[in-house]
Amino acid sequence: MVRYLGRRLLQALPVFFGATLLIYFMVFALPGDPILALGGDRGISDALAAQLREKYNLDKPFMVQYLLFLKGILTGDFGTTFSGRPVGQLIAQAFPVTFKLAMMALLFEAVFGIVFGLIAGMKKGGWFDSSVLVVSLFVIAVPTFVIGFVLQFVVGVKWGLLPVTVGSDVTVKSLLMPAIVLGAVSFAYILRLTRTSVSENLSADFVRTATAKGLGRPRVVTVHVLRNSLIPVVTYLGADLGALMGGAIVTEGIFNIHGVGGTLYLAIQQGHAPTVVSFTTILVIVYIVANLGVDLLYAVLDPRIRYA
Amino acid sequence: MPEPTNPLARPEQDHFFASLDSAVLGDVDVVDESAAPTSLWQDAWRELRHRVLFWASAAIILLVIVVAVAPQLFTSVDPQYCLLSDSLGAPGPGHPFGFDKLGCDVYARVIYGARASVAVGVLTTLIVTLLGATVGAVAGAYGGWFDSLLSRVTDIFFAIPLVLAAVTVMSIFRSSRTILTVVLVLGVFGWPQIARITRGAVMSVKNAEFVTAAKALGVSKPATIVKHLIPNALAPIIVTATVSLGTFIVAEATLSFLGIGLPPNVVSWGHDISQAQRQLRTMPSLIFYPSGALALTVLGFIMMGDAVRDALDPKARKR
Repeated sequence: MVRYLGRRLLQALPVFFGATLLIYFMVFALPGDPILALGGDRGISDALAAQLREKYNLDKPFMVQYLLFLKGILTGDFGTTFSGRPVGQLIAQAFPVTFKLAMMALLFEAVFGIVFGLIAGMKKGGWFDSSVLVVSLFVIAVPTFVIGFVLQFVVGVKWGLLPVTVGSDVTVKSLLMPAIVLGAVSFAYILRLTRTSVSENLSADFVRTATAKGLGRPRVVTVHVLRNSLIPVVTYLGADLGALMGGAIVTEGIFNIHGVGGTLYLAIQQGHAPTVVSFTTILVIVYIVANLGVDLLYAVLDPRIRYA
Repeated sequence: MPEPTNPLARPEQDHFFASLDSAVLGDVDVVDESAAPTSLWQDAWRELRHRVLFWASAAIILLVIVVAVAPQLFTSVDPQYCLLSDSLGAPGPGHPFGFDKLGCDVYARVIYGARASVAVGVLTTLIVTLLGATVGAVAGAYGGWFDSLLSRVTDIFFAIPLVLAAVTVMSIFRSSRTILTVVLVLGVFGWPQIARITRGAVMSVKNAEFVTAAKALGVSKPATIVKHLIPNALAPIIVTATVSLGTFIVAEATLSFLGIGLPPNVVSWGHDISQAQRQLRTMPSLIFYPSGALALTVLGFIMMGDAVRDALDPKARKR
């Protein structure tokens, strides 16, 4: 177990360095000079520009910039934005909001996806199965931002049931609608995944054995069918947490949430590498940790899986 | 002299089967020896022919492709010809969907918008499938440190969220965005999924007898990959590619919605949806037409993927 963990963490190292290097390079390759842009129409004196370039390490070659940035991250210094705010402060402000949003979305898609998928998979071809399948297809086919705008308009503006935008008022109630919009597509995928998995497992030998042993239907369904069907679902959920946090740009824009997406979008437009890469780094770490957690969860769901 | 006994032969089996009611077994043990063996694809086609889902999605896909190739067959109105005096005009003869904020004909824009979406979807899927299948097949077939290296590279691209990467790269091409740059971005960051699926499928048949036989006959490794390993991984690749075609169309619309996708002079559903969103309160029908067209197209490809998957999977077949 410890050896397995060690090997997995070792495998995560190249992913971490590769992903940060790639993102750093992409921001480095952004056209335009961010320092000259700071001056706007009035321009900026050569001496000041040189001083600023030195301050933000922009005068150094690409690899040196990247290594200095890495050194900063490892010592807990994320650098400062062009307007002088520490990036660490931005992180502390943006990540809790997006994390809350992503966790709510994850909870929504997991609970509703698994429950609906289970009911649909139990009676494949029935009316519930067919209608749920049609709904899930539409959710996947209609882009998130259309779902977002329509929900915002109908539920928020017309009916006035939930807050229209979030802004600085980050509560569970105000995040409810954005979380549903953010998790909608994954909800559809989880539903379909659970449905297929459940209907496949229903005809498995161990289910017949359990029924033959005289176990009641509820116990067979929850302990034998569902538990075995959850492995692909849990894999999907683990990979999804990182995607939800990084993909919240659209949802955060629609509902005016000051989270990771909005901050990142602004930083990319400004060409500020340290902010973009710091945020991405954290997203990559979330992705790696979530996937590792999922792999460890397998052993809980399926005792046949051992880590050597 | 006693006959040599075969340890694998099980004479009791006949007795065992004889005691079972043949009605319970159904037609399981009835094998028509005279019928020619059918391939996976022949089986799948026979299955598909009877599916409504398949024909419905095929009809949608065909329609969208015809619209994309020859939009002038469906409308004679120029989607770029807009009169401000027609702004937000109601539907009238010759203009069934009305006019948008800038006074452009919505029906013509919906028809002409198909081309951008289909082009992005098809080209991206082509790149993703070629790249992903090659990387996955090579990694799975060779194994060892080479596999580890390719798998880590796959992980790197998997770990970076697609929207985030796309926003960054599209900002690099800020001034020179075309359909090709969008395709390139989605392609470069979209291939890991197919790579993983191909690798898994290749690994599962890598030690099969027919591969060993090919090796024993002196078939080279690259030839084995192309002739024996990839054909066996083709089914999951095709299914995944069909479904991702739909998701790439959505991704393009998302980028255009964020203002960093296709340039405004290209007529596209994503751009029209983001414009219509501003008139959501005054004229909700404006957002309905382009998003409806987009949803229908994506639906067509996803349903096709579903139908093909069911047809290729013997376990999912209903008899």
